[in-house]
Amino acid sequence: MAEIVVKNVAKRFGGFTALHSIDLTISDQEFMVLLGASGCGKTTLLRIIAGLETPSEGEVWIGGRRVDHLPPRERGISMVFQNYAVFPHLTVFENIAFGLRMKKLPQAEVERRVNRTAELMHIEQLLKRYSGQLSGGQRQRVAVARALAMEPDVILMDEPLSNLDALLRLEMRAELKGVLAGSKTTTIYVTHDQVEAMSLADRISVMNGGKIVQAASPVEVYRNPAARFVGSFIGNPPMNFLPAKRGDDGQWQVAGLSLVGPAAGDALEFAIRPEDLEVAAEGFRATARVIEPLGAHTLVTTEVDGKLFRAVLDSDLKVAPGDELRLMPKPDRVRWFDPETTKAV
Amino acid sequence: MSATADTPRPVEARSAGRFLFIAAIVLICAWVLVPIYLLLVNTLSSPSQVSAFPKTGLPGWDFGSIQFFMGFAGVLRALWNSLLVAVLTMILSIGIGAPAGYALSRFDFPGKEAFRMLVVMTRAFPLPLLALPLAVLFIRTGLDDTAIGLATVHTVLAIPFAVLITFSLFSGIPLELEEAAWTLGCNRLQAFVKVVLPLVLPGIAASAVFAFTISWNEVFAAAVLTIENRTLPAFLVQSLNVSPLHLKFAGGAAMVIPALVFIFAVRKYLFAMWGIANR
Repeated sequence: MAEIVVKNVAKRFGGFTALHSIDLTISDQEFMVLLGASGCGKTTLLRIIAGLETPSEGEVWIGGRRVDHLPPRERGISMVFQNYAVFPHLTVFENIAFGLRMKKLPQAEVERRVNRTAELMHIEQLLKRYSGQLSGGQRQRVAVARALAMEPDVILMDEPLSNLDALLRLEMRAELKGVLAGSKTTTIYVTHDQVEAMSLADRISVMNGGKIVQAASPVEVYRNPAARFVGSFIGNPPMNFLPAKRGDDGQWQVAGLSLVGPAAGDALEFAIRPEDLEVAAEGFRATARVIEPLGAHTLVTTEVDGKLFRAVLDSDLKVAPGDELRLMPKPDRVRWFDPETTKAV
Repeated sequence: MSATADTPRPVEARSAGRFLFIAAIVLICAWVLVPIYLLLVNTLSSPSQVSAFPKTGLPGWDFGSIQFFMGFAGVLRALWNSLLVAVLTMILSIGIGAPAGYALSRFDFPGKEAFRMLVVMTRAFPLPLLALPLAVLFIRTGLDDTAIGLATVHTVLAIPFAVLITFSLFSGIPLELEEAAWTLGCNRLQAFVKVVLPLVLPGIAASAVFAFTISWNEVFAAAVLTIENRTLPAFLVQSLNVSPLHLKFAGGAAMVIPALVFIFAVRKYLFAMWGIANR
């Protein structure tokens, strides 16, 4: 059992506040992804949980034990680093065995665990090599094997795939998911790559400016962003936003279109995902600017009421730059944000 | 290097550049090797061959000069003193300098930049200026004429290099390696011993050799601060300037060869380790 509880954790570097009182609970065996742009505090939060950074205030609990005063080695965690951190003076075998030897496990057990995890990560044939003789992808496998061999309650990963090329990243992503699902550990995974986050996570914590903006399942984060930031950060292309005003009839006026919306407020922001728009007889008056056929669908960048507005449309659609389209949002996919607080309404 | 390959230039210009490059290398090698060669030739020649003219440029394979030099009263003792002081200097300057280098590379503390400047500043005081007060201090504390006393002075001379070399060595080891060791069950000391130390060992050896040669070659402090227990350079300064030419050559060779051999012995540590070029 290794539930991780972060209570009111803050971190300041001099005058700069990297984390503002973070509260987060990650349940046992959950795969949690911390997602955000660089500088949002996600790595700092991970390093505080690992014990590589001390919080300015707050508490960290792992498996019902308060650990924020303990050094990393006493927290029951393993960590995979962005730059692999494979020890260059040891063979792959000794790298994977490193933590086990520190635990003073018998040689037979060390060999059993090294061989098992090496097989799991498909690096059995590399055990006698040094890190200088490995490719980036192989080094990353060694780093993951080394973490898994410890059979930890918690695995922490700091952008482990970001140094790999695109194809390898895709392959390792699927493999990591399979391996970690079988290992019964609680995982915290830091990334700035939203596709990685969506594909791996049980839950995503979207971070911005040292705060957790939303912590929910990938689909929930995508469909129901808790704040404008989440909608504009997640999704490729991101959500479209348009200002909305309360009309005389009580409905919302959005770029010449009357829509039913929340009862409260005078001014809101209307938001819709590009794929939730349809070409119809009625809808937003949109002037096509750029057409990008992507095979499965066509990405059309348009202008609505002088604002940038993107739509993902059927690739059979015949459209040229300058054409006028009528785009109708799917009513159940429309979201509303408060322009003051930027929170969802 | 690769820049010359990237930019195609006229053939003559490139071959002229190549000629200059090779000429410079030959010149630098000659600069170092010719004096050493002449020193050895004269050391291995009999006294009459040393002063004879014209020179053959080849050694006479006569060991008389060396035998006489080694038998010279006090030489072996001075050699032993030199070795003792140099080894002590090596241990002290690495023992004190390496932790300082580690601290500079790993921790942020107030006055860090000032400290780095100060370390280098110790080299700004000329030894002759310090020699007299030091001699007085040493006599008062009983450190005069002892190996450890002289080694302390040599350590002061060697420490700036030890600190700055080890600082750059430790800075070259990613902090992530240490952090990985911490998460794998090491405390700070264990992580240092098991991960950092094996990686910096070649560099530490280099900086130790450097400290050794600083002490081995230092003559001023040695001449001022010791009387009975003279190191070889101090002993040679005292006795050789009244000796015949062939003995000076033998003395010179006795100074140069150990330093040369020592550096030669650790050269592979200086260049490469773990099958990859270190630096």
